[in-house]
Parts: sequence; C-alpha cells; structure tokens
Amino acid sequence: MLLIHCPYCGERPEIEFRHKGEAHIVRPENPAVSSDIEWTEFLYFRHNPKGPHAERWYHTHGCGRFFNAQRDTGTDRFLKTYRTDETP
Amino acid sequence: MRFNFWNLAKQSLTGHTGWPEQWRDPEPKSAYDVVIIGAGGHGLATAYYLAKEHGIRNVAVMEKGWLGGGNTGRNTTIIRSNYLWEESEAIYEHAMVLWETLSQELNYNVMYSPRGVMMLAHNEQDVRIFKRHVHANRLAGIDNEWLSAEQAKDFCPPLNISPNARYPILGAALQRRGGVARHDAVAWGYARAADRMGVDIIQNCAVTGIHRDHNGVVTGVETTRGEIKTSRLGIAAAGHTSVIMAMAGLHMPLESFPLQALVSEPIKPVLPCVVMSNTTHAYISQSDKGELVIGAGTDQYNSYSQTGSLHITTRTLDAICELFPITRRLRMLRNWGGIVDVTPDRSPIIGLTPAEGLFVNCGWGTGGFKATPGSGHVFAATIAHNQPHPIAAPFSLHRFRTGRLIDEAAAAAVSH
Amino acid sequence: MIQPFRTQIGGLVERWNAIRFTFDGRALIGFKGDTLASALLANGIFLVGRSVKYHRPRGILAAGSEEPNALVRIVRGHGRDTPNLRATQIEIYEGLAAVSQNNFPSLAFDLGAIARLGEKFLLAGFYYKTFMPSLVAWKKLFEPAIRHAAGLGRAPIGEDPDQYANRYAHCDVLIIGAGPAGLAAARAAAATGVRVILCDEQAQMGGSLLADSDTDIEGRPARDWVASLLRDLYRHENIILLPRTTAFGYYADNFVALAERRTDHQSASSYPRERLWQVRAKEVVLATGAIERPLVFPNNDRPGIMLADAARVYLNRYAVRPGTTAIVLAAHDSGYRAALDLHAAGIPIALIADPRETTYNPWVQRAQKAGIRVAAGTEPVNTFGHLRVHTLQTRHGASGTIETHHADLILMAGGWTPTVHLFSQSRGRLRFDEQLGAHVPDISVQRERSAGACRGLFDLNATLEDGHRAGAEAATTSGAASWSHATIPTTIIPIMTGTAALPITGRHAFVDFQNDVTISDIQLALREGFRSVEHVKRYTATGMATDQGKLSNVNTLAVMAQATNRAVADLGLTSFRPPYTPVTFGTLAGLSRGALFDPIRTTPLHTQEAAEGAMFENIGAWKRARYFPKPGEDLHTAVIRECRTVRETVGLFDASTLGKIDVSGPDAALFLDRLYATPLRNLSPGKSRYSIMLTEAGFVMDDGIVARLSETNFHVTTTTGGAARVLAHMEDYLQTEWPWMQVWLTSITEQFAVIALQGPRARDVLQPFLNAIDLASLPHMGVRDFRLCGIPVRLFRVSFTGEIGFEINIPADDGPIVWAQLREAVAGQGGCAYGMETMHVLRAEKGFFIVGQETDGTVIPDDLGFGALGHAKLDFVGKRSLALPHMRAPGRLRLVGLLTEDGTTKLEEGAQITAEARPPPGTKSLGHVTSSYTSAALGRPIALALLANGRTRIGETLNIPMPTGSVVVHVVSPVFIDPEGTRAYG
Repeated sequence: MLLIHCPYCGERPEIEFRHKGEAHIVRPENPAVSSDIEWTEFLYFRHNPKGPHAERWYHTHGCGRFFNAQRDTGTDRFLKTYRTDETP
Repeated sequence: MRFNFWNLAKQSLTGHTGWPEQWRDPEPKSAYDVVIIGAGGHGLATAYYLAKEHGIRNVAVMEKGWLGGGNTGRNTTIIRSNYLWEESEAIYEHAMVLWETLSQELNYNVMYSPRGVMMLAHNEQDVRIFKRHVHANRLAGIDNEWLSAEQAKDFCPPLNISPNARYPILGAALQRRGGVARHDAVAWGYARAADRMGVDIIQNCAVTGIHRDHNGVVTGVETTRGEIKTSRLGIAAAGHTSVIMAMAGLHMPLESFPLQALVSEPIKPVLPCVVMSNTTHAYISQSDKGELVIGAGTDQYNSYSQTGSLHITTRTLDAICELFPITRRLRMLRNWGGIVDVTPDRSPIIGLTPAEGLFVNCGWGTGGFKATPGSGHVFAATIAHNQPHPIAAPFSLHRFRTGRLIDEAAAAAVSH
Repeated sequence: MIQPFRTQIGGLVERWNAIRFTFDGRALIGFKGDTLASALLANGIFLVGRSVKYHRPRGILAAGSEEPNALVRIVRGHGRDTPNLRATQIEIYEGLAAVSQNNFPSLAFDLGAIARLGEKFLLAGFYYKTFMPSLVAWKKLFEPAIRHAAGLGRAPIGEDPDQYANRYAHCDVLIIGAGPAGLAAARAAAATGVRVILCDEQAQMGGSLLADSDTDIEGRPARDWVASLLRDLYRHENIILLPRTTAFGYYADNFVALAERRTDHQSASSYPRERLWQVRAKEVVLATGAIERPLVFPNNDRPGIMLADAARVYLNRYAVRPGTTAIVLAAHDSGYRAALDLHAAGIPIALIADPRETTYNPWVQRAQKAGIRVAAGTEPVNTFGHLRVHTLQTRHGASGTIETHHADLILMAGGWTPTVHLFSQSRGRLRFDEQLGAHVPDISVQRERSAGACRGLFDLNATLEDGHRAGAEAATTSGAASWSHATIPTTIIPIMTGTAALPITGRHAFVDFQNDVTISDIQLALREGFRSVEHVKRYTATGMATDQGKLSNVNTLAVMAQATNRAVADLGLTSFRPPYTPVTFGTLAGLSRGALFDPIRTTPLHTQEAAEGAMFENIGAWKRARYFPKPGEDLHTAVIRECRTVRETVGLFDASTLGKIDVSGPDAALFLDRLYATPLRNLSPGKSRYSIMLTEAGFVMDDGIVARLSETNFHVTTTTGGAARVLAHMEDYLQTEWPWMQVWLTSITEQFAVIALQGPRARDVLQPFLNAIDLASLPHMGVRDFRLCGIPVRLFRVSFTGEIGFEINIPADDGPIVWAQLREAVAGQGGCAYGMETMHVLRAEKGFFIVGQETDGTVIPDDLGFGALGHAKLDFVGKRSLALPHMRAPGRLRLVGLLTEDGTTKLEEGAQITAEARPPPGTKSLGHVTSSYTSAALGRPIALALLANGRTRIGETLNIPMPTGSVVVHVVSPVFIDPEGTRAYG
C-alpha cells in the first residue's frame, strides 16, 4: 500500500485515494472541431511510461480533491505531488 | 530427440545424459526475416507458427530476460472461451481448439487439463449476464452451461452455497472444456519446437531502439548485443508494449498495471475445477502439484514494478475463505506480481500499426494466457501476409480511432 | 514415561512442567518450552516425515522456520486440523496431537517409497516428456495419478471456527528479529523515546543467544543478559514486543506485514488465533540473522543428518541430545563450536571431517585439546541407514582414502546464509560476498538498515555493536534527538569465517530436501539448456517447496556454478517474494468474514420493509426489498399482485438507495448542462428533467432526475450503483477540466429516505398530508419543498411506472415515521408496498431502460431512442464521441419490445435473437433479450431487447433459439402501455 502525500492533507495511505490515470491530458477546447484522430488520442491513447509518470490522484476518502503526482512506475516511488493548478 | 515414454525410459538407463538442449543459445545474426520482441508464450507461439505454417524460419525472438519469465510464468493459467462478443468468442475458441492438441503438436506435455471453469453468479445482475453468455455461446457453438447453486456444489464440493453467505451463490456458468495448463511448459514447448525449426531465441538481450527509414518503414532494431536488421517486427511484449512502441514513436491505448497471484502450500486434491467469482474478485484452481493457485485483482496505478499491494491480496483471500471455508487454515506460500497491459475496452490489440513493417500483439490484460496458441497463430498469419488474419481483424489498433470497441468488461457493470 | 534423550541439566525448557502429546497416535511426554521437534528428539523419534516425490524417510534437519522435512498435520478436530506445519515451530501443549504426512500405511513402512524404483525415470521435468498420447489419456489416466501422488497434507474438513484479528500500527522504528543485533537495536532505539516495535518469529526472544552456553555479555551469561534486557524493554511504554510474530512481507513505503501467532501454543483459547499486523514504519531495522547451509553429498538426507547449529540449539536450548554418537562435517568453523558443545554434554564426537586443508585455526586446536579427532581435507562421500543414519563414508581428498565411520548423528556445517529475504523484498540490491559464499545487502532503496548476521556479521561483539548502531541511527533518523556510541563487551572467541566449497557430485545428493531435487536434476536441467537460475528452479522445482528454498537456494547456485564453470556471482539470483514463511489465509482475511466480508448497506426504511415481510436482494452493497410476499405467495404471484395494485390503485416503494447529489453555485446550470447529454441550462426552478449522462466515449453511463431548486441549486439523482461513480465523474470535470466554474458538489445520498408513491391514487394518498397546499398545482416533473407530518420534505412529481408518481425525499431519520403514515394511507386506498421486481416490470411496460440491464457499456443514446438528445448543444461530455464512425454505422443494436407469438412463453433474459428458427452453430446473433417479465397489465409476458437495426424491424417475426427449441417473437415498440404517456399527467 503506497503512502501518498496529498497536497492538502499530507501523507495518507493509498486506500484513501483513487488513481485517475495520466495527468496533463487536456480535453480539446472545442471538441466539435477536433478531428477523429485528435479526439481519440485524447480519449484512449496514453504514454504509460516505465519511469517518471505524471498521473492524477483523487483523495476520495479524504478532502475530495484531485491532484497530480510524478511517480516512478519502475519503483512505485513518488517523486512529487502537486495541486492541479501548479506546474510539475 | 522426441519426447516420449520410450526415450524417457531409454534415457533412464543411461543417466539421462542423452537429452539435447531444448533450445540453443545462439548469437544473434545481423539480419532476420522477422524479429519478434518478447519470448513469452505469445511471442514464441508466433515464431513457431511463422516457421511451421508460413515457412518463415529465419526468425529471431528477442528477450531481455529469460524466456517465459514475464506474464507467461506468472499467471494463474485459466483457459476458457466462453466470452460474450462474437469477436472474442472467435479468438478464444480458436485458441481452445489448439490447446486441445497442443501437447501432441509441440511434443511437449503442457498439461492442458480441461477440468471445467465455473463462473459464479452472486446477484441477479450476475445471473442475467452469465445467462446472456450461455445463450450467446450456445449460438456460437461454444460449450457453456448454466448450473443451479446445488449443481455447482455437486461439481465443486468445497463450495459454500449457503443462502446466508454475504453474497450467496445463485448459480454458475460452467464451461467444461475450460481448464488450466502448465504455464512454463507452454513457453518451453513453443521454444523447443520453434528452435527445432530454426528460430533463434535470443535471451538476455534487450531491444533498445527501433530503426525506421525516412518513410517510417521498419528496418531493424538496436539491441544490447548490436543492431539487427529486419523488415518485419512483431511486438509481443505484454506489459512493456508501451515502452517498446515508444521506441518507434508510437502511442498506444494501453496502461500497465500490477496483477498479483498467489499459491497455497501443496495439499492433496480437493478442488476439482477452476472457480471464478468476478463479483468478489477471486479466481482459484488447484495445480497438479497440489497448490491452490489464486488470482487477485489489479492494483489501481500504472506500474512496472512487478509487485503489488498487500491489501489486494488480502481482499482476494477474504473472498476465497468465504467461498471455500475449508481453506481458511491453509497457508499462502508464494505471492507475486506481473505487469498486465490493459486497453480501454479490455480486449486485445492484434495487427498492423501506423508504421509499416511493425506489428503489435498486446493488451491482453489479465486474460492473455488462455489465448496463447490462438494469439500466436493469428499474429503469425498477420505478419506473414502483412494483413490481419480474419479472426484478428476486429482487434485492430484502428478500432480506437473509429470507436468500434469490443467491450467485454462493461457488460458486467451494475446499476439500478 | 522417560524421555531417553533428555539431558539431565541445562536448557530453557520447564522440566517441572511435563506436557503430554501424541505423534502418530503414540503417547509421549515433553516439557513446556519444547517444540514438537525437540520433544520428538527427546523421545528418541528421529523419523518424522516422508519426502514428496520418492517418499524417502526424513528426520529433523533444522531447528527453525527453514525446516524442509519435519512437516506434520496438527489434529484439533475437523475445522481446526492444519496440514504442513513445521515440527520445529510447533510449541507443544497439553493434548497436542501430531500426525505425519505423505505416507501409507505408516511412516516407517510407506508403500509410496515404491517411487524410488522409478527414480531414474522420475528425474526433473519427466512429466513434460511423456503422458501425452492424447488429451483423454492425460485427463483420465495420467493427470489423476500425478495429482494423487502430489500434494503434502490434507485440507481440513469443515469450516475453521477460530477467529483472526487485524491491526494497523505506526511506529518510528520497526525492528525485525530479536537476536543479539535486534535486541541491541531495540535497547538503543527505545532509550531515545521513539515508538518501537520489536518482533521475532520465535516464542522466546533472544535468537541465537538462547542456544549459547558459554558467552558472557556485559558481565553476565548471555541468556541472563537477554532476560534482563527483555525485562527492561517490557517496562518501556514506547515499545511493543511481539514474540511469535513473523515479518513476512516488506512492501512499498516501509509498509511491513507481520503475522502474530497467539493461540496455537495453547490447548484452547478464546482469543483470536492469529493476528495480522500492518505496520507503517518510519525506519526499519532488519536483524533477521542467518541460516546454516546443509552440505550436498550422496544420501545427505537420512534421518539423523542435521544442521550442526540445529543440534547445538536442541542441546543447549531444549536440553535434548539429538543423537548418541556424532560426526561433524565442518565446512565452516561453526561446526567446531557445535562439536565442542555436544562433546561437553557427553555426546561422543567420532570425528570432525573438515573438507578444508588445515591451516592454523584455534577451533581445530580446541577440538583436538578436547580429544576429538579432526580429519582435515576430508569430505563425506556417502551415508547408510534406512530409517536412521548409522554409517558415514569419508574420503581424504589428497590421498583418496575412503574411511567408514559409525554414528547416528551427522552434523552439517556448510556455512551461513544471511537472511536477506525482507531486504530483497524491500527492493534493496544484493551483492554476492565471495568470502561468505552468500548474498548480502548492498544498496538500500527504502528507509531500512540491516544489522548483524543478516548482513554477514558473525562475530558476536560486532553484531551487538552493529545492532546498537542500527537501532540508534534508525531512532535518530526517525526523529529522536541523538545517540551515543556504546560498546557491549562480550567474551566470545571472535572467529567465524571461511566456508569450504565442497566438490559436489554423486547420486542422491539432495539440494532441495522437500521436493527431492538432487544434483542430477540440476545437471539435467543445465544439460537441457535451462541456463538461468529461474529456469533451473522452475524446471527442477528446487526452492519451490514450502521452506521456500531457505536451505537450497545457495546450494543450487553452487551446483550450477560448478556445472557450468561460472562464478556464483554471475548466475544471478531468484527473486525473494513474500511471504517469508507461509501465512494462514485466515490471518490475511482477518475479520472480513460472513457479514463483515463486505459492509451491508441498508436504507432508513429497512426495518419497516422487513416488518412488511420483504424479501431482500443484494444490489451492490445494498440490501433492497425485492418483493413483499403475502402468506402463500411466491415471487411470481407477489409481483403480479403488486404490479396490478400499482396500476389500479397505488403502491409504495423505497427508493432511498438512489444516489443524490446537491449541485450548487453560480455555474451549476452550465456545469450540469455540460455533464449530461440532456439540456439543462434552460430548466426552470421548481422543475426537474429526466437526464442521461454519457462517458466521454459516448456510452450511456448513468441516468436520473435533475431538479432545479433555485437559480443556483440543483438536486440530482443517480442510479444506485452509480452514486459514487457519478460524483467522482462530476468532481473530475469540475476540478480538472473546468476549474474556473463556481460549483460545489455534495453527496446527499444518505441525507434522505426516499419513498416513491406511484399509481392513479397516489395523489389521493398524499393530499391529506399536505394541508392547504393543492397537489394538483404540482405538475408532472415539478419539484417543491413541503412539510409532511410536520417534517420538511422535498417532493418530486416523477414517474418511473407511467402512473402518477411522487418521490418524497425525507430527512433520513424521519423516514420511518413518514413510511408508517403513508403505508396506512396507501392501505386505505387499497394499495400496497412493492419491491424492486415490480418496479422493474412496471418500468419495462413503459419501455424505460435500466442502466446496466438495457445498457452494457456499449450503448449510446440513439440506441435507446434518444438520438436527438443534446443535439442543439455545442458540447457535453461524450458528444464528440457520438460522431465517431462506428457510432453512426448501420447495424447498431437498438432497444425494441418483443412479444412471444404464443403469448404465454416468458423469454429468458440474455437469450439471443436470430432470424432462423434452427440456427446452425456459428450463426451471428441479431441481438439479445435484456429484460423479460410477466406483465399483469397485459396479461402476458413482455420483453425488451437490443436488436440490430431494431427500430426498422418493428413488425418482423424473429426467433429466440433455446435448447428446447425456438420461440417465435414479434418485434414491437418497447412501450407496451400508454404509449401516449397520458396517465402520468392525469
């Protein structure tokens, strides 16, 4: 069970959180004009790197906030966590 | 030397000194007709069928570790074909038919054991979904039958069918031809058979780059043992597919998650079949060795660490102890993790990619082992002809551009 | 009864406390403090088990959790029988009954030993090479035979009645292992005041010091030092001491799992049997010690052949003479220590055979001074003795002279393997130490440090100081102020070095005892091209037994290195996985059992419904009333009655499980308009709208009622199963896509009990409660706050049945009062309470879909007849995906109604639809039945279905192929009743 530093609450056990996939994937500003390629890229395609990974966490059983993290997927170690309005 | 009783008996008299290597440990050549990345079951099966069915023998299978050391050697070996959608039925049934003669085909006892796979229904929604499977499978000519709770217990006596259970068993879908096989033997059997036909299995050699010409066409791979030229490159790297594809500059609709499994200490035969409980997240069978083999769920986060969290394991054992109360005093002997590559619709991707000469076979998620022979068979055909085998065609990467998904998992979502 | 092999003095057992126990039915006596192994040895029982494959007689090899041979079943009565337990870890208690395993008819005369005749055949991997004439032969003949032969003990019969507990703990310093290093660490850490947990897998803390006979620490005998230190530690408030507790798993972020055995050493107890500790430690000190290695030589597995230090433990700690005459095979100096201790206790040492060439060594001199013959450069070549060893052959390496010696105890001192399992699990990197011939910790990854023998220190002084340093450093790093260096003076002779590499040859030279893996097996694997250690392990099963290779791993590497002329360091290592020793399933499951397996959610009206005679069903974690049978009614008749009653008069339904979300803020309308496919910006206050939510991929995800209470405040309902999912989905978009929106989301699901009143008399039931307010002024889809029985309620006029309907949201605690009042009023109108099943039928008659039943994650609004939904909106979640090619492709499955031609057959949900009456296997399905009920209103069965191009097929006749024959159906509109929808507006 990972130990996750919520930027709002501090360190809490992983079972309080939900992993919410890759971070910094921006929904097209105007989906109607995005191409099928652009749209499906947004919907389905992910970096899934081995190593540092920017990802979203949701503190469901806590403050209820979404935040971002950089985590090494090779070791599962968190490099940093930060609010969604902060840059990595 | 063929594997059979007489040769084994003969070797017994001479101290088994006559057995040759099951596969060579060759130096990589500078070029191959086809290079496969990943010497797991799928990659080795692909090489085998390329050689056997398509006459393409100048093939290398690249493996960064040791063959069969990834998900092939880490899974709970469940084999079944009672899937919901016709596309899925087709590929898993294709595999099932190959499983039935695989030991003879490979001259290697892969211990395919059609012990029956029973999927438990714990609520009305489960009943509805599994019956839908039963009907769909019957139409497709695939065996799958509905059992009452009592019939389920007759088939698997240790099962707790008490109506007072927290999630009582309301019935079960049973595929009698489903079962298990010896995972290592599958990798070894394919490796040995492919090697006999000239395929080079290159272990301890990691691919570090994919070369493409100015048109984007694949020309070869860079490895830790030098460059290897090829015009056809097949990826069968399971959890690491995204990493390999990134070498060719391609994004994939994949995420890799830890998936755990565990075994108990060996006991005398007690569990006659495979039992799956999707609702309580527990999968169990008993191996020929006597160990209870138990599959757990995935962790929630992307990871390549091959380790998972304890709370995933304990949750699974909660369920196992509820379903099979006699197991509560047994003990967990080994617990390990694999890396499963999961697509948005939980169905695999087999086929061509935007890069010419680059083929991919991935996204099998938690269910890849059962497909091994079928997957390798259709992937080999796809590479050989540079066009998707008909069974593989629906599983194209392109479906994530058109929205034509094959969603097996969503059918189980519950709402009211 | 006497214990022939018990010494007259010494040991830590309580001689005044005799304990009766049985082994294979034979009544025996031991002392409190004995393990089953020590008690058996005290009684002169050396044959304890049979090996898995060849059924070779086996004795007790070790004294701890590394024991591979002495596995027994403990009999406590059906549900409490436990197989595969190690005699070396079982503490005896009054009445203990142990039974040997894997033999028939008896341990001494085991027919299974016939397998030895085939041992030339049964080499590693033989089963891969034969038994494959056909699938049938394998399934019917060979596999059952293999299965029958495999497996160790038998599973218990019946459910385990014992309880298991679970505890989470946090600490500053977790110390694993309470031997010299762990104790020194604990003392140093505890002194700083930080929170410490010290655990040890044995019943008594002290580790190797408990078997010490001649060392003084800080001026007193080692065991006294341990006792006094433990007394001190128990007085500290900031330390938790956990004996009988195995740290079995080391996970990410210093999360360590411990299994504590609490009652297995007692005849009976009302406490939980075992307890799982899940500890998050700031710092971890690994003081896990080391395990002695056996030697690999022909027939090294006979009963009476034992690890040298184990013999020393049995003698010094348990006061047992493990044999009458001993030979020590000392490939490491520790063998001399064992020999001297045994010698001092009066056990003749026939010989110390040291495969090393003699160099100056004080141990040799001590042995010779004691009159023991030391044969240097001498190695074992064979042993004899069926159920007990009696003879050893040795060969002098230089001269080749073979000698024969007689002894019933042969001790193996093959050097020490540091116990690095947990270190490795923590992802720490190991390195191979040539001097030790074993792997030791190299680079730590987590906040952990190793101390003492587990990092290769075998000198007691050094170990104590190392432990002290580790404990103090860990405490400081975890937050304690500072620490001072301390020396812990001892009197031990500080040499413990040099392991000989034994030339490894010969038949029946066992590497893995339990799994019967010999050198020949490993050599065969190598010959067949299995080069990696993982391959060898998997092909031969070495290290795969229940001892997890604690004794075999390094020897496997040594055999491989010798056979392939490679250095052990180059071979790599198999990975160490949890658990360190096997852990009971029940311990891992803990309290999560029966009703606690998953918390049960009940609605505020549950008691009232139960009193009404409701039959409940599981919906997710909820218990929901499925139907309310009257005496003599079954599901079918009850539902027919309930349906009819609702259509004719009025019914009462508990809808409390529906998810409810309060959406507030200036941008609430805009937010909901973007989240739902349904347009919501123009919804007027006091009105509600049925709304459909899509995933971003365009598939129907949820539905419910969105009610606008004011300009800036909405009350949104979701499906029962979707409650949490929808809130998370909303928060996701609000926080990460449109953070600029001023909207606040609050789950109010459990705030309200919800009672649905449905039926033509619904208004008649409700009106009398509402005093002056005229219900007629509340239009269909209107929403108002009212007072009802003096209780503030929120009233929705909505219908999921097609009848006039109300959903009354009542503060949860007041739900029962309102239910009681309404129930009476409903009865007064001839109505009744109805359950889920009736709700399903009534909505199906109206063609209303249920998310998860008509939809399966592949269905888009157009499939359900909502093709125009949100057309005018620029954007909403999922809209863009509806424009993808496949979403507009022909052949999509659309919602239709089905009526069976015979008017009586009720279709089975999930049944497939075909054009042909007798479709051949492989026929493509046209769709499937999603819902099927007997309609009381229509007096016939009805069904909903998803059918390819369904809407254009209305009027067609199709088939539902069933095993008993095809059912002919007519495709109709999915709305069976009141297609104009006037009734709800009445």
